[in-house]
Amino acid sequence: MTPGETVVVSTSTLDDLLAPPEPRRGGARLEAVNVSAWFGSNKVLERVSLPMLPGVVTALIGPSGCGKSTFLRTLNRMHESVASAKFAGEVRLNGNDIYQPGHRITQTRRSIGMVFQKPNPFPAMTIGDNVTAGLKLNGSRVSRGERADLIERCLTRAGLWSEVKDRLGEPGQALSGGQQQRLCIARSLAVDPAVLLMDEPCSALDPGSTNRIEETIRELKDDVTIVIVTHNMQQAARVSQQCAFFLATQGTPGIIVEAGDTEQIFNDPKDSRTSDYVNGRFG
Amino acid sequence: MTLAPALAPTPAVEPDDDQPRDIDPGLSPADRLFQHSARAIGLTVLAIFGSIGIFLGYQAIPTFRHYGWSFFTENEWQPQLDKLGISAVILGTVEVALIAIVVSFPLALLTALFISEYSPARLKSGLVSLVDLMAAVPSIVYGLWAFFLLQPRAIYVSRWLNQHLGFLPIFKVDADPNAAAWQQSSYTSSAFIAGLAVSMMTIPLAAAVMRSVFAQAPLGEREAAFALGATRWGMIRSVVIPFSQGGIIGGSMLALGRALGETIAVLLIISPAFDLKIRMLEVGTITTSSLIAGLFGDATSAQLSALLTAGFVLFCMTLAVNTFAAVFVNRSRSGTATEI
Repeated sequence: MTPGETVVVSTSTLDDLLAPPEPRRGGARLEAVNVSAWFGSNKVLERVSLPMLPGVVTALIGPSGCGKSTFLRTLNRMHESVASAKFAGEVRLNGNDIYQPGHRITQTRRSIGMVFQKPNPFPAMTIGDNVTAGLKLNGSRVSRGERADLIERCLTRAGLWSEVKDRLGEPGQALSGGQQQRLCIARSLAVDPAVLLMDEPCSALDPGSTNRIEETIRELKDDVTIVIVTHNMQQAARVSQQCAFFLATQGTPGIIVEAGDTEQIFNDPKDSRTSDYVNGRFG
Repeated sequence: MTLAPALAPTPAVEPDDDQPRDIDPGLSPADRLFQHSARAIGLTVLAIFGSIGIFLGYQAIPTFRHYGWSFFTENEWQPQLDKLGISAVILGTVEVALIAIVVSFPLALLTALFISEYSPARLKSGLVSLVDLMAAVPSIVYGLWAFFLLQPRAIYVSRWLNQHLGFLPIFKVDADPNAAAWQQSSYTSSAFIAGLAVSMMTIPLAAAVMRSVFAQAPLGEREAAFALGATRWGMIRSVVIPFSQGGIIGGSMLALGRALGETIAVLLIISPAFDLKIRMLEVGTITTSSLIAGLFGDATSAQLSALLTAGFVLFCMTLAVNTFAAVFVNRSRSGTATEI
């Protein structure tokens, strides 16, 4: 590599890949540019553009079927894991298009983590192993001491450490739903992503657990860029600083009707449809 | 009229009065009819299966009376000398079946993994029916294939194994592997070649069971692995395989049950030898089913009883193996998510 050449993620050396990640400060800038998505011939998203800024929690809101989860899944290339899925546009992570040929998909997903609607810890693994699963899957080697540190650090950041520190050897599935979800957050954090995508992370949880997760999101937002899909208007208002309202009217693909500061979207929406939705008049 | 009496607390009753009530399930006549006929058919199948076991067991009584425990320890089968036993037969049966499983396990596992995890969607159904078709080929065809096509080539593998691993008893052959004109006939008709033929019949069975449990590995955990940056193989190793452990073991054991009973292909290939030996590459072995098929035609009534006794032993073995297999497969299907 010649000096001055831009370093893109795919040129990192083997040593970089195998080294256990150091905690990173500040998230990355993620930007969707003209993103369209299809399932078969059914177009579900049309030319959606949205910048997602570091240090900011971006909430994606909108009624069911408006394409916000699909949009989220295009951001770490999980969209294409569905056989009939197609994609157009660009998703730039710190300026580099993650769909660029030659870009390793595994590397992309490692820097853009994802937490799913239903908690999905690996059933055959203990709590501790679940946290380090991402490293193992990526072939990183961690010494015993580093491993213990990493587990403690990630579980602390996910707000779960005090509850599980004495039972790291128990199966992940022995935890409650809310704890499992926080375990999944810790698992995502262990590979040190710059962005964390959350697809309705609280929709299967009780209010208490929801509260804990929202706290976790607030604590993480300075380190990781967070994008969260939520059906819960209050949650969007509570945790996000930036908000995008998605809408798909009958038979047309989803678009972003309005995006901006959460305050503005909730208190002074420019579009009447946004106003109707955030005030609970439909959806 | 006042509501007060209705709202008053129920008077204390004797605790014994509080018995669960008999509740009529309230089935419609159609449901009732279906329930009864399904139960009748189910019981018929059980009854037929049970009567086979009872018939075999009953026929075995005279043999057990006459030979006692020596029936299990004697390896010779010489009715004219009144020397009969199934130790060599059982050993050969297990040997051939194990060879078949050792050969077919990796093939079935990789086939099932490829079909369920790697093959493109448009090829999948074609591949599934192709593998299922392997099970539909009559075993005599596999026997002929193995005898005429496979055997002349497989003996080179046998010889190579004997040359390089001959220090292990199972790979030893009583012939000089390095002789200039090596004795090909020492390597033919062996348990190894019979096992290869049987493996062709166990692959589709094991692959079908494994594929169906792989397909049930939960999507949520699969996506979780991918979202962490896993390669497909990493995902398979951390999600699909742990989830399917029971099915993998169960499928292999079902295949083992199938292999234990395989007759025609084995009968075609082996040359009967009643030695207690584990030299699987060497000419000559015997299995229970091929013993029965080979001697059934001109057996006297006493020999017939002995053959049926051998059949009874085989019946019990396969029953045990299949029961274990069913337990494993069921466990994998219902509760792996909470296992370990």
